[in-house]
Amino acid sequence: MVVRSEPIVAVGRLQRRPVTLSTWLDRGSVFSWLMMAPPILFLMAFVGYPFFYGIALSLEDRMVAQPGTFAGLNNFIRDANDPVFWKVVSNTFIYTGIATVLKMVGGLGLALAMNQQFRMKNLIRALLLLPFIVPTVLSTVAFMWMLDPAFSVVNRVLIQFGVPKPGPSWLGSPILAMFSIIMINTWRGLPFYGITLLAGLQTVPVELYEAATIDGAGGWQRFRYVTLPILQPIILIVTLFSVIFTFADFQLVYVLTHGGPQNATNLLATYAFDIGMGAGQLGLGASVALTMLPALALLIVAITLYLRKKS
Amino acid sequence: MITGYGPIQRTVRVWLPVLFFLFVALLPFYWMAITSIKPNSELYSLRANPLLVHAPTLQHYIDLLTTTSFLTWTWNTMLVAVISTAISLVLGTMLAYPLARINFPGAGLIAISVAAVYLVPQPLLFIPLADIINRLDLGNTLTSVILTYPTMLVPFCAWLLLGYFKTVPMELEEAARIDGASRMQTMRRIFLPLCTPGFISAGIFAFTLAQNEFLYALIFLTKTSVRTVPVGVISELIKGDVFYWGQLMAAALLGSIPVAIIYSFFVEHYVAGLTSGAVKG
Repeated sequence: MVVRSEPIVAVGRLQRRPVTLSTWLDRGSVFSWLMMAPPILFLMAFVGYPFFYGIALSLEDRMVAQPGTFAGLNNFIRDANDPVFWKVVSNTFIYTGIATVLKMVGGLGLALAMNQQFRMKNLIRALLLLPFIVPTVLSTVAFMWMLDPAFSVVNRVLIQFGVPKPGPSWLGSPILAMFSIIMINTWRGLPFYGITLLAGLQTVPVELYEAATIDGAGGWQRFRYVTLPILQPIILIVTLFSVIFTFADFQLVYVLTHGGPQNATNLLATYAFDIGMGAGQLGLGASVALTMLPALALLIVAITLYLRKKS
Repeated sequence: MITGYGPIQRTVRVWLPVLFFLFVALLPFYWMAITSIKPNSELYSLRANPLLVHAPTLQHYIDLLTTTSFLTWTWNTMLVAVISTAISLVLGTMLAYPLARINFPGAGLIAISVAAVYLVPQPLLFIPLADIINRLDLGNTLTSVILTYPTMLVPFCAWLLLGYFKTVPMELEEAARIDGASRMQTMRRIFLPLCTPGFISAGIFAFTLAQNEFLYALIFLTKTSVRTVPVGVISELIKGDVFYWGQLMAAALLGSIPVAIIYSFFVEHYVAGLTSGAVKG
């Protein structure tokens, strides 16, 4: 920019200055790659290498603390013939699907409720985010106690309202256990949707609503034709992010039900843990974990393409 | 938006939904707190009203702090969270600065890869990582988690900081460059001091993620003396079929407090990080 008025020749002469180490280091691309080298090497060593090592493990018959032997696709064939594996796959999809819809709808409700004028708004927003920031394991322990077979406060309240004693077995019946983990996942993730969508709502210009009102739009129509289209990209990206982490969820299920009863709440991550860490079958466990990859890869590609389009 | 509701209508439309969400969000915390100060006679009585305390006691807290290793776990958790957050902020900045500020071939590819690495979930990596940590002889050391937490936190911090760095105007750096400052000097003396809010957002976020981490800690740390709070609580306060609920709830509450305090001081930064991470991309 500074040399714009000088003749081209002069620019050429400027660049032919003798290259010293410090001017070389100061070149844009040299500086950039040197600066990025440590983090890139770190990520290659602790994400890239384990990722490919995991693929290699999944092709081996490998017990913990023993050398492995190459087994080709045997582990995957074993998975495909394992009824528990298919049960776990279907659990994972049900869990992810229902929890995502609940979080999206609930989060939108939360955002709309918070996007009104009232007192103590910042304090309330801070409190609403607590479920999201408190360590999952610790809040799940609280839910475990609230759903305890003998002393569940939920059941004691329900019994007051006429539900027959001893009340539902929240973690003991397959369907209710699935219901419980979905609700607790929703409880934890909903504020993330709510607060992010709230930020999106606050970018909607008031003039649009005024114009819509003048054109005769009612409350629902303003929501449907003004709010939703503007929120759509945010809803999309938040949902994609959350689907990935719900699909690969581990902590909540490990703590609350350990996958039980009878694998009713076992997810791919917890099942891979049982096989790989519990039973010490590293190769087979790695193959179970890797079956998450196709679905995850689709989502990851979708997000990265979307982010690139935006930037 | 549209105003002019009467006071009753306003209560119904504004406060009813807000209070409903608040009730659902806070109920488990109320339950943790109230359980942790109930004597056992009340905890396991089906006659007393479960929602109230009649004879509050601090016994569960005293037991937790004197008979278990809770304080050790808290110290470990803090140490690991602080060090891995610091590492991640430094490495994240080293990735984000060139991507945000310098045009060089390959920048787009690296930016996309960072996003993709951030999205790789732990369950995909824990089995090979367990084997690698074993071979490096790092099992049961805090180093194992200090090394592995940044695998999630570095891409995350880089991504968040990249978004923040792009919002800082270029003029000051351009002026410094024209005055003859090297790129390194420009970055360290001019640019980074301008980015404190971005570092606070990324730092708090990374810190809460590190406190929340469970899977790696569960696998790598099997000795009491090196455990973190979540793993210690799950593996040692839950013994077989006997649950010490008073102690467990005291631990859950105390374990949540450091995060909650730090969060309450910087809640605006946290929300800014949350929304810029997902909204601005």
